[in-house]
Amino acid sequence: MNNLEIVKAGLNKRYAKERRFKFYGIFSISLSLLFLFFLLFDIGAKSIPAFTQTYINLDIEFDKKSMKLQDQDSYSEETLFSASYSKLGRNALYKLFPEVTERKQKKALRQMLSSGARYDLRDAVLENNDYVGTTQNLWVLAGDDIDAFVKGLIDRNIPEADRRVKDYQVKWVDILEAQNKIERRFNINFFTSGDSREPEQAGILGALKGSFYTMLVTLLLSFPIAVSAAIYLEEFAPKNNWWIDIIEININNLAAVPSIVFGILGLAVYINVFGVPRSAPLVGGLVLTLMTLPTIIISTRAALKSVPPSIREAALSIGASKMQVITHHVLPLAMPGILTGSIIGMAQALGETAPLLMIGMVAFVADIPQSILDPATVLPVQVFIWSDSPERGFIALTSAAIVTLLVFLFFMNLIAIVLRKKFETRW
Amino acid sequence: MSNLEILLILIIAAVIAYYATKRQAQSWQASRDKTKLDSLPNYYGYFGAICTLLPALIVLSFWSFIEGNIISALVVSKFERLSASNASDLSLVMNEIKIIVESGLSEKNSNDLFYEKAAVLIERYSSVSLFLKVASVFALSILGFMYAYLKITPRFKARKKVEKTAVYFLLLSALVAILTTAGIIFSVLFESIAFFSQISIFDFVFGTHWSPQIAIREDQVSSTGGFGAFPLFWGTILISIIAMIVAAPLGLISAIYLAEYAQPKIRNVVKPILEILAGVPTVVYGFFAALTVGPMMSGLGDRLNEFGMSFEIELFAGLVVSSESALAAGLVMGMMIMPFILSLSDDVISAVPDSLRDGSIAMGSTKSETVWKVVFPAALPGIVGGFLLAISRAIGETMIVLMAAGVAANLTANPLNSVTTVTTQIVVLLTGDQEFDSIKTLSAFALALGLFVTTLILNILALQIVRRYREQYE
Repeated sequence: MNNLEIVKAGLNKRYAKERRFKFYGIFSISLSLLFLFFLLFDIGAKSIPAFTQTYINLDIEFDKKSMKLQDQDSYSEETLFSASYSKLGRNALYKLFPEVTERKQKKALRQMLSSGARYDLRDAVLENNDYVGTTQNLWVLAGDDIDAFVKGLIDRNIPEADRRVKDYQVKWVDILEAQNKIERRFNINFFTSGDSREPEQAGILGALKGSFYTMLVTLLLSFPIAVSAAIYLEEFAPKNNWWIDIIEININNLAAVPSIVFGILGLAVYINVFGVPRSAPLVGGLVLTLMTLPTIIISTRAALKSVPPSIREAALSIGASKMQVITHHVLPLAMPGILTGSIIGMAQALGETAPLLMIGMVAFVADIPQSILDPATVLPVQVFIWSDSPERGFIALTSAAIVTLLVFLFFMNLIAIVLRKKFETRW
Repeated sequence: MSNLEILLILIIAAVIAYYATKRQAQSWQASRDKTKLDSLPNYYGYFGAICTLLPALIVLSFWSFIEGNIISALVVSKFERLSASNASDLSLVMNEIKIIVESGLSEKNSNDLFYEKAAVLIERYSSVSLFLKVASVFALSILGFMYAYLKITPRFKARKKVEKTAVYFLLLSALVAILTTAGIIFSVLFESIAFFSQISIFDFVFGTHWSPQIAIREDQVSSTGGFGAFPLFWGTILISIIAMIVAAPLGLISAIYLAEYAQPKIRNVVKPILEILAGVPTVVYGFFAALTVGPMMSGLGDRLNEFGMSFEIELFAGLVVSSESALAAGLVMGMMIMPFILSLSDDVISAVPDSLRDGSIAMGSTKSETVWKVVFPAALPGIVGGFLLAISRAIGETMIVLMAAGVAANLTANPLNSVTTVTTQIVVLLTGDQEFDSIKTLSAFALALGLFVTTLILNILALQIVRRYREQYE
């Protein structure tokens, strides 16, 4: 057998190996893509119920007695604000189902309505003062179990004992549905209210504003510091200097330090030493600044490096100082690259959770933060808080919050990509 | 007057100083004898602004930083009752006094006359301090401006001075990175030393009993040794191994395929899509692992159990998948670090010079042989560096394990059980209300120190390998 024959004999086997290897490559890529689509689809599908809410149509009688108001012709805003609204919804329900007399069933009937319904009624009265003493036909927010049932999340075919909604409640819902008194509407509440213990009243506005303030602090601090540091390291730092090397190793290492360690730094230094208020967007922003610095510094340096020497030399040759070369010529040319890196860094910071748990942003905050010093939470931490809550309704809310977060991240990355594509210069 | 208001006034003053000095320079330029200036008039303006702003700003920040401590110290020294008490009581009392000050003295809400006295004193000192602060800051600002205004002459080298200051500012920014590392070391080291003075390092690293919850009773801690962190280290390692088993082959083979086989068109579409995986926040993966993958696996375990029972074989009898399992967390974490390995490997494989590939192809080898026998060995150091970075990321990952792996410190090799990790325990120990100096919280800092040192070593090792590899082909 000569060499040619030996090679030919093994050829089929080798080609099969080649095909097999290629298949592995396609397989592993498809597997990853499949995972990504499954992840997005799973969360997207789970989020859908959160975008609608169930309302029940009731004839609410605003009688002065159950509102605990004195008999007067008109009331001041304050009296109306502090009046009692908790009985109005349940009275309307009792009237609708007069046959319900048993205590347990009455309680179940009350729970058809959300405990937040009274605030909606209060707002309605504050808007129309003449409601007092009249009967009005209003849509009232349903409780979360009824909401889940109407959305089909609770199966009516499983035995009553395993079901959160009892048989008589199912019957009431059917009656109301037959009279067209139950309706699903777009969940505007989700975007306009803060956190709540009740899933049907919880919204992400507080977390959104918290994220906004935190990002504001992060951007205002990290962008100037990072760009200045990058300019120094790239343009002014003496070459082959040991302590410049240390700074560089440091920056590269900081980019890979676990995020939770930054949280510990925030807790020990910012909160315990400097006394920055806990849970506030200010301290969150300060921690995230340190985390985003390396990302922006590294990308800014790459952008500065890509500006060709000819431009610097041309400017130097007509008498510009080094600082003028950088501020007048290099920096404007590198700006698209710098902005791209900054947006990517900010996107990372927006999705960061672990360090913010350390500095107390995980606390339950129902109020919507009004400044960088108010206690607040941020979107990803809100996701974490809700995912920990036992109520069923929070699964959908968590998914919806994730969808909101991903939409923001998507747009930030899109802007970064567009910037890069649009201003990409080939020198 | 708040610091913000002072700052605003200072900035306005700086802007005025800028125009005033610039005008002065311009007037020389415009004068009859056409004096030649050393620098552009702008630079004289900048010089004026810097002299007005900088010293005042330094004093302002320094004063604001020490103000609180000085006032507290003064108040403490005035009252015997305070100076005699110990540190933790003192901070409690001071907090209470501060609350009274903040809620307004007029309310008279305190029933203890002592608190009220102290509060009055604090308020008096605060107003004195504020007056001194405002006066000194504004005086410095005015003095700075006068200095600049008198200093400038047509021959004054304004540009050089301004640029030098600017370079110092840039240097200061670069030093923030060093300060951050120093801050991290400072924040974990002291607490860790305090911790290790009570628990020996050996017991901490090799002890197998982790139950910091008993630490409420301090006499119990030292005797039972509830701070053996070995199960946590093991849990971290177990989950990282699972994650790497998933991520390493998937990432590496995908990278090879994209770099060597895929057409540019496909590559340009697939790579960004896979990089989406790297951009998804970890809390999302945690949610997915805890609510979808975990239950799915325990469901699968039950199904297999039933399946085994129906054939009366014992094969799956012992298979109990807990809904919080190391496997679920590891799998999802593997998918999270996959794109990371993918892009790092892709970079190093693309960096292998084509001459090596061409040589191999010319010798008659197939593409896969070229990849495995030529390109892969050449890229190996870089790939190993990438793997190390990925492992460091897996070790430091918090949210996925926190949400999906559980908090029970089990020392088990079975990936279907729930385990806990270093990062999870840090979160569990440091969130919620507890006093700051208890041994329970100190142990979290010791864990953080371990985490920081481990990842630091891994990172530096990886960066060195990658860097050396890059130099090889440059």
